[in-house]
Amino acid sequence: MASPPPRLRLTGIVKRYASTLANDGVNLTVGPGEIHALLGENGAGKSTLVKIIYGVARPDAGTIEWEGQPVTIADPNAARRLGVGMVFQHFSLFESLTVAENIALGLGATGSIAELTARIQDVSRRYGLAVEPGRHVHHLSVGERQRVEIVRCLLQSPRLLIMDEPTSVLTPQEAEGLFGVLRRLSAEGCSVLYISHKLEEIKALCENATVLRGGRLAGGCDPRVATEQQMAEMMIGGALPVAHRPAPLREGKPCLEVSKLTMESDEPFGTTLRDISLQLRDGQIIGIAGVAGNGQKELLGALAGERRTPDAAAVKVCGTDAGHMGPTARRKLGLSFIPEERLGRGAVAEFPLTENGLLTAYPHGFVRAGLIRTGAVQKYAAGIIKRFAVKASGIDARGSSLSGGNMQKFIVGREIGTNPRVLLAAHPTWGVDIGAAIAIRQALMDLAAAGSGVLVVSEDLAELFEICDFIAVLSGGRLSPPKPTRQTTVEEVGLLMGGRMAAQEMAHGV
Amino acid sequence: MHEVEIAVAILVATMRAATPLVLAGFGELITERSGVLNLGVEGMMLMGASIGFIGTVATGSPVIGLLLAMLAGAALALVFGVLTLSLMANQVATGLALTIFGVGFSALIGVSWIGIPLQGIATGIWPNLSTQPPIIQQLMLLDPVVWLAVLVPFIVHRFIYRTRAGLVLRAVGESHDVAHALGYSVIRIRYLAVLFGGAMSGLAGAYLSLAYTPMWSENMVAGRGWIALALVVFSTWKPAYLALGSLLFGFVTIAQFQAAGLGLALSPHLLAMLPYLATIVVLVLISRDATRLKLNAPAALGRPFHASA
Repeated sequence: MASPPPRLRLTGIVKRYASTLANDGVNLTVGPGEIHALLGENGAGKSTLVKIIYGVARPDAGTIEWEGQPVTIADPNAARRLGVGMVFQHFSLFESLTVAENIALGLGATGSIAELTARIQDVSRRYGLAVEPGRHVHHLSVGERQRVEIVRCLLQSPRLLIMDEPTSVLTPQEAEGLFGVLRRLSAEGCSVLYISHKLEEIKALCENATVLRGGRLAGGCDPRVATEQQMAEMMIGGALPVAHRPAPLREGKPCLEVSKLTMESDEPFGTTLRDISLQLRDGQIIGIAGVAGNGQKELLGALAGERRTPDAAAVKVCGTDAGHMGPTARRKLGLSFIPEERLGRGAVAEFPLTENGLLTAYPHGFVRAGLIRTGAVQKYAAGIIKRFAVKASGIDARGSSLSGGNMQKFIVGREIGTNPRVLLAAHPTWGVDIGAAIAIRQALMDLAAAGSGVLVVSEDLAELFEICDFIAVLSGGRLSPPKPTRQTTVEEVGLLMGGRMAAQEMAHGV
Repeated sequence: MHEVEIAVAILVATMRAATPLVLAGFGELITERSGVLNLGVEGMMLMGASIGFIGTVATGSPVIGLLLAMLAGAALALVFGVLTLSLMANQVATGLALTIFGVGFSALIGVSWIGIPLQGIATGIWPNLSTQPPIIQQLMLLDPVVWLAVLVPFIVHRFIYRTRAGLVLRAVGESHDVAHALGYSVIRIRYLAVLFGGAMSGLAGAYLSLAYTPMWSENMVAGRGWIALALVVFSTWKPAYLALGSLLFGFVTIAQFQAAGLGLALSPHLLAMLPYLATIVVLVLISRDATRLKLNAPAALGRPFHASA
């Protein structure tokens, strides 16, 4: 007896945008009930391929077969009629509408909100995805928003569910809950196309993988058999560079001191910082672990100068009381800051790279008599692009034209290029592909080896254990005393992070 | 008995003064809820006023006049739509140009119709109006357009919050990118909203020239289009507040005439300011809650949409 046709088969897909080939002869086959990983670095063409499957973009060449039948997918509605559901990386929810209204919009005309509410609760119970239909989306956490998106897809009884980097915003526990749902769907016969560059997740979840590189097919593998190293090398097309830690300096002078910092959040659902003390010395890297939402935003704001502390002596930069100073004054003392959001806070999307480089580096000899030294600025931007291998069309490329990882490399380069005494780095490798992440970690370690203090706030424990000398945990607005990395373990740090997470989990019922 | 007469007179006058604001305001509310800011309300009202007047005098039928006025308003709105939605011109600049165009064009086509007397709609419907007792006379001034304006807030409220089409409208105004990704036709929905706004503005203008005044004179809308626009924003895009604001404005306008009639020793210029002042103060007070504002304001308001694949 012949085996059933594959759920989805793409053959020779080509998609060209202006001057670049985003997809060049890509093949992809997803079997019924299979959890299939789509791997590749930023800019490898994963998003384009997904857009084609979901009918947002149309291929210039190539064929799409759905359950053995050739099809053309003209728009997202056509994709949904076939049975394709998609959970977007940047959630496609309307903030000012309720959960039920959002789901109604994604479903097409079907009955009243009351009927829908009952169906939502039914699916939510069946798969253990806790959502409250009557709440407004702008009150929800990212994890809850993702559950809304998934419920919306499940209500359409999809036969192929596309997940675009679903765990980049989730806590480890939430991610585990998501995997449970996906495995259950797979057992019920729904195929899953899973896009991620977290290789350990793919090994744990997927039974087949397609790897893209530079818009082309780089190969396929069985992630249960292949090692993370092998998959990573397939993605970047060469040997994986290894970051190494140069020998740290001994006992430098304190360059950033925080003493008994207590501060209310100025956001309605923010976290109050309680009695935070910390001393960062020259040549040290201190990592602050914790799940986002435990005061990270508030602490970084207070250190970078976006919020002034009530007591000027609560924050000292290089020995000077700086609590009352704004960001520019603190930068003059030698403090640099890499914010979490790349476009919007770290850089201006509409500006070319030259001007984005100038934004924070301007006090370092780029302005003379009130006029910008264009030549020096261009050289600075070109230098960053070269040193950090930033993929951009040139120094005049707009911020928005770069992928997230490349923009992050440029921002890191800009901040390091001014030789700061202290560098604050917020989630420096969030959403960045492997090659770029290694380059960024290496740059932070090199900066510390050259004698600067580095404070890294991150949710990625593996990263913190790799690069930091000390690790502290921020939980519920309180900071645990920093411990030398060699004298602590992932389990111990996890427990310190946990106090609050356990409570959250209970509330979500994941 | 006398007090009742005055109360009825004030009520009727308030409703009549509020009618053009309600009609134009709710048209603009729908337009803005779809994410489009059309500052051309004043111009569209003037077009409605002149075309409605000319149509009524020429055909003798106020119904045809009102329909023509709505078509005229919608036609001007269509120009706005083509410029801003299809050609992606700046909405603020285009809206201002639309008003300037409406002022000039309505004056041009209306120039030979100035000073022509016209029966009001009410007197047209009730020919024996002047023989009725005073209270009945007053109540009969509430013509069908006024009653339509009474219904409009309820209909729009129900449409926006209780129907699927209203939900889609709000979604498009909230985030056109998300709506597009979900497969909704952003541009088509916005065209419909803009056309509805234009037709309602045209109707509002025609009410002024056919029933409220009733006659045609150059620039006779006299800033009511701008008031309607301001009311939409101050009401934080909520139908109930918009209806309330329009009534309040109508009431203070009438009260100001009454005060002048009572010989109140206030400068007439100060009195003329009162409706604006009172309306703005009240609406700002009820809508100062920042969270509520964020919830109701169409987040995509004034932002051009281009469907890039």
